[in-house]
Amino acid sequence: MISAPDVVAFTREEELEDDLYREPPLPEEYSVPLFPFAGQGANPWAKVSGSKFTRDFILISEFSEQVGPQPLLTIPDDAKVSGTFDLNYFSLRIMSVDYQASFVGHPPGSAYPKLNFVEDSKVVLGDSKEGAFAYVHHLTLYDLEARGFVRPFCMAYISADEHKIMQQFQELSAEFSKASECLKTGNRKAFANELEKKLKDLDYTRTVLHNETEQQKKANDKGYYTTQAIEKANELASVEKSIIEHQDLLRQIRSYPYRKLKESEFHPYEPECALDRADVDGDQDPTASDPAEPGETHLYTHMPSYTPKLIKAKSAKCFDKKLKTLKELCDVYFFTQTLDQLHHIERTFRGDVCYLLTEQISRALLKQQSVTNFLFEDVSFLDEKPPEKPYRGCQGLGQDAVDEKCSEESLAPKVVISLGSYKSSVECVPIKMEQEMEDSEEPKMSESVMSEHQENLDYLDADIKGSISSGESIEVLGTEKSGSGLTKSESQASLPVIPSPQAGRSKVGSRRTVSEDSIEVLSTCPSESLIPEDFKASYPSAINEEPYVDDNEGGLRFTPRLNPGVDGGQHDISKQESLVQVDAACCIGKESPNFLEPLPELGQKPCEEDGVVRIPPQPYRPAEQGLRGGFPSHDGLSGGLLPYELDSRYLTGSREVSKSSLDECSDSTSYISSAASTCSDRTPSPAHLACATGERHRKRAGQNALRFIRQYPFAHPAIYSLLSGRTLVVLGEDEAMVKKLVTALSIFVPNCGVYAKPVKHWVTSPLHLVDFQKWKLIGLQRTVSPAGVNVLHALSRYSRYLSILDADSKTLRCPLYKGTVVARLADHRTQIKRGSTYYMHVQSILTQLCSKAFLFAFCHHLHFPISEREPEESVVNRRINFLKLQLGLANEDIKIVQYLAELLKLHYIQEPGQGGNPLLRFDYVPSFLYKI
Amino acid sequence: MLRWLIGGGREPQGLAEKSSVQTIGEEQLQNPYTELRVLKGHQDIVRFLVQIDDCRFASAGDDGIIFLWNAQTGEKLYELHGHTHKITAIAPFSSSDDTEEKTDLIISASADRTLIVWDCTSGRQVQKVSCFHSTVKCLTVLQRLNVWLSGGSDLCVWNRKLDLLCKTSHLTDAGISALVELPKNCVAAAVGKELIIFRLSASKNGSEGWNVLEVKCLVDHQDNISSLVSVNDLIFVTGSHVGELIVWDALDWTKRASECNFWDSSIHPDVQPEIKLSQSPNETSVQHLTSNEECVFAAVGKGIYVYNLQMKRVIACQRAAHDSSVLHIEKLPNRQLISCSEDGSVRIWELREKQQLPAEPVPTGFFNMWGFGRANKQANQAAKKMQENTPMYFLELVGDLIGHSSAVQMFLYFGELGLATCSADHLIILWKDGERESSLRSLALFEKLAQNGALQLTL
Repeated sequence: MISAPDVVAFTREEELEDDLYREPPLPEEYSVPLFPFAGQGANPWAKVSGSKFTRDFILISEFSEQVGPQPLLTIPDDAKVSGTFDLNYFSLRIMSVDYQASFVGHPPGSAYPKLNFVEDSKVVLGDSKEGAFAYVHHLTLYDLEARGFVRPFCMAYISADEHKIMQQFQELSAEFSKASECLKTGNRKAFANELEKKLKDLDYTRTVLHNETEQQKKANDKGYYTTQAIEKANELASVEKSIIEHQDLLRQIRSYPYRKLKESEFHPYEPECALDRADVDGDQDPTASDPAEPGETHLYTHMPSYTPKLIKAKSAKCFDKKLKTLKELCDVYFFTQTLDQLHHIERTFRGDVCYLLTEQISRALLKQQSVTNFLFEDVSFLDEKPPEKPYRGCQGLGQDAVDEKCSEESLAPKVVISLGSYKSSVECVPIKMEQEMEDSEEPKMSESVMSEHQENLDYLDADIKGSISSGESIEVLGTEKSGSGLTKSESQASLPVIPSPQAGRSKVGSRRTVSEDSIEVLSTCPSESLIPEDFKASYPSAINEEPYVDDNEGGLRFTPRLNPGVDGGQHDISKQESLVQVDAACCIGKESPNFLEPLPELGQKPCEEDGVVRIPPQPYRPAEQGLRGGFPSHDGLSGGLLPYELDSRYLTGSREVSKSSLDECSDSTSYISSAASTCSDRTPSPAHLACATGERHRKRAGQNALRFIRQYPFAHPAIYSLLSGRTLVVLGEDEAMVKKLVTALSIFVPNCGVYAKPVKHWVTSPLHLVDFQKWKLIGLQRTVSPAGVNVLHALSRYSRYLSILDADSKTLRCPLYKGTVVARLADHRTQIKRGSTYYMHVQSILTQLCSKAFLFAFCHHLHFPISEREPEESVVNRRINFLKLQLGLANEDIKIVQYLAELLKLHYIQEPGQGGNPLLRFDYVPSFLYKI
Repeated sequence: MLRWLIGGGREPQGLAEKSSVQTIGEEQLQNPYTELRVLKGHQDIVRFLVQIDDCRFASAGDDGIIFLWNAQTGEKLYELHGHTHKITAIAPFSSSDDTEEKTDLIISASADRTLIVWDCTSGRQVQKVSCFHSTVKCLTVLQRLNVWLSGGSDLCVWNRKLDLLCKTSHLTDAGISALVELPKNCVAAAVGKELIIFRLSASKNGSEGWNVLEVKCLVDHQDNISSLVSVNDLIFVTGSHVGELIVWDALDWTKRASECNFWDSSIHPDVQPEIKLSQSPNETSVQHLTSNEECVFAAVGKGIYVYNLQMKRVIACQRAAHDSSVLHIEKLPNRQLISCSEDGSVRIWELREKQQLPAEPVPTGFFNMWGFGRANKQANQAAKKMQENTPMYFLELVGDLIGHSSAVQMFLYFGELGLATCSADHLIILWKDGERESSLRSLALFEKLAQNGALQLTL
């Protein structure tokens, strides 16, 4: 943990303030302006408090062909979560903005129905009336019985905080894509199964029909065919056609390129076949695609001994049949996997957005500290998240890196979703982001994509028309298509954005304008989609409307960026940056024609004139390829400040910083408590991706540690023992009590490697020397039996390597500590109340120590003479001076830093594959007995 | 400490006062060993450590396995399997052949009556001999003659190709317990109470042939000879189970001096007879001898004695150096002495000259400190002599190493690299100078940084 949440300004409501603030009127410059929507003690970042649900949840809905949009399930599956929120209504809302064109039918040139492997569409929309904002992920699943073989579904992450959705868009999109991919994989499997069975049925039917026809032929020698015979022949022909069609479908579904399987871990059973995806974008008459009704075929009997059935030519009525459930559609295994993933998403994004962002930032920063992060952090979870891009080491302290970072920062877009800047009339929602092929590398491809899109649009149009006719207000906050149909190289070749010259599309927009519904397009590209790679997405299926030609309507506008001078000469970075800029402009909806001119807000500090932090921490974005620096690039305003602030704090190690850290923590305590009590999410904020148990453990450990430092006056030497690598044995009869103490103290134990913490909670056998190498904190049972005496004998024998905390008699035997670091770490008069806050406080001070240890370990001249003639003593003197003066360490604090530095060295020089022989370092120092 | 633990919170009072053994507190400024590595591998008592070269050593013990270790990193180099019983003797044998490059060999003898020569560079078994009638108990390499000897119930002479050159007749069932090389192609072998001098002579009919002849049998010891050490070309020393120490002339094998009961405390008035009765013979057994040019250092019972060869008397002693028998002692190049003992500890001593008033009797300081109730063997003749002469010496405890949970069998001093100790708890511990290790690690760190091309951080 690098940072605790920053200080948050609090505002109160008018009435309260009157009473409190009457007599000492604050000077104008100190007064805190009121947060407009704040309830009492509300989290100023909680954007909307009027939502009808208590916390964020995930909703899965289906646009059923029988009953229309209907909610299927929510995660968490708890009626309390959604509260009075009308799921049915909201399902209707979110399903009505399904932009995807997923049609199966006969394309004009083809004789057979084609499956359309559509990309999922991802939109953000909000319903201000309900106070709900949602990330909506649309997907289609195949169902042989369904109309057009497709069943549209959507998964929505619903939150009351629109900023949360917007700022976590990228993450949400990535996570939901995984879930969707999982569902779809299962679905393809099930669909293929279904098709196989259907084929067997058809085959059987054909055989039967054939036999009948033959019999009729034999029976009939009149020389002409009866109507019955003709009917039979027709039936036979249609069955045969149906067979061919189904075989084709089966081939299509089987040849689906499993290109995404590489990324997702959900599909261990699926074969990897990287076939080219057939260019199946196209359309057919949807009604003609259902030649035979499967009727009573049984589902999902995986047994090969499937007995085929006769299929009647007459299809059953559409509304008679029962549609398959989602579970049936997707194979039970994949369905549960998806549910797990969704639960994971729910857990991950639980809590306030500020917390999430802080967590992400600190995780990202931590990841860069590859040399030191193993000491006090649980680094295992850092490796878990795959989508983050790799960094190029942590050596980016060089000036050029900083410069690059700054330039990136100044060019970074600011995303402000200003409601006022849009008209509330219906806007053209889908945006075509067609890419210009300047180098005309693959113009054909581009054209074909365009034309396909145009074709799709007509269907799209028809669909949307139906859905938006309801007279409700929907605000589409953002849409994004992350899955790009184009390959990387193609899209990279075409960077600049120009409006697509499709004129025919405008009629759709105008049609919508006519309707009385008000759909507010707030932003079509949230800040998260600014990464060029995503930007490159060419919106293959649906959102390829070209922007308005006349932008008087207030629609979004893409101005061609025609500045060859800049374009030609600059390298990738500038291109990316300029892209980013263009994109930012899109998001904001500014109609500034010249995108090269930086936006005025850029580079602004998060504190505005009135001194209020208005903007929560911005999401951390991994540095792009061009940015070599170790510093992260931030999209938002405060992003630039934060890492510097953190870094400077670590590097200086000055007194003020350390002093202020306590205050900060107390502030953040109150912040957290208020946030937890009043923000829309009443659930506690978990650690970002760390599992909930880890978070709970931290919290408990923090709480226990707080109790420990308050109860035991000799907490300081005990903590010093742990920090300086001297094994601390907690001795006691009561296992629970000992374990509690061990848990409390475990947060102070530095890790020796990337493995588990060197903490042993409970031991009953006598200790050996090897144990002290392995464990730095041990809970030991005290018994009165002879075995117990042995245990104590061992303790006494090895007492020079040990500090012993006697939990029963409340004594501690350990070396003296006279330093200052631990006093800051464990102040028994601390105002911190909450365990998690204290944990953060501890982590921040420990991180300071880590940075000092890093400096100490990695300064060459502290360990070796500058010149050859320099005597050893002067090196030693320099070392001591550095520790005392530069790092500001006193007395025993030096030993802490030396020990940590030693761990860093060991960790650094250790060969990767080699476990290394553990070593035990110790000092010959006298121990003292502390009593309460 | 212990009482405090057992008592559960009472003050740790008088921890040291009960013990007669000199103790040193937790503050040991002169003790350089502030880092240790535990080398695990053996499954039984580790009894032998032998140095192969500057940074390698071998360990062997009752599990019959020999391990080769890197003394700097503690890395296990090889695991040599071949013996089925415990190993009874091991000797390094670096053969610098005429033309070939130097190869490091070790010879190991085991209770399975085999003898194996190992190549330390490849970790392979070079040769195995299993023609013995009894267990070989000691091995000696005579580099000068390019042969080596094995001593069991008989004495065999081998060349480096492991050809048996000659052997003596069967001596006793007990066999040879120790061998030491003497000048003029002679060896002294301790066989029970006897000390037998053998001479190796080239046979007349072949260049490779050797004959071994018993030259003399010395029967001056009252009990079994337990240790045998050569001081220089002129002198060698033997010690026996009953505490006799005899200094021999290496050339004519005559007794130069002897201390029979210099640790005998019977004449001391303080000692109560019943306690003397309870003494076990081990209390006076000369377990190990080591020497530099001037002195012989003897591990006798629990104590350490320094016998000056010129003055022919004990110049310093530490009667209760350890809680139980001292198993091995060694003199370091500086004035320090290291001892290890059955009590599991290793102690570092320093021989210091005593600055004192001539009138003050020397031993009282020692004796009073130990108090009553123990079998203190004090005030012998040597001590009395000491009172009369100056300079006086004493052994001061400068540090102890506690790590093993059982008897420390042996140790090996590697100078700067540290100290390796082996023990009955199956472990070997490498004791290191923490400061030095830390700076070595810094060196490694910056080397790796330079390798990675990331050396940008300098102050």
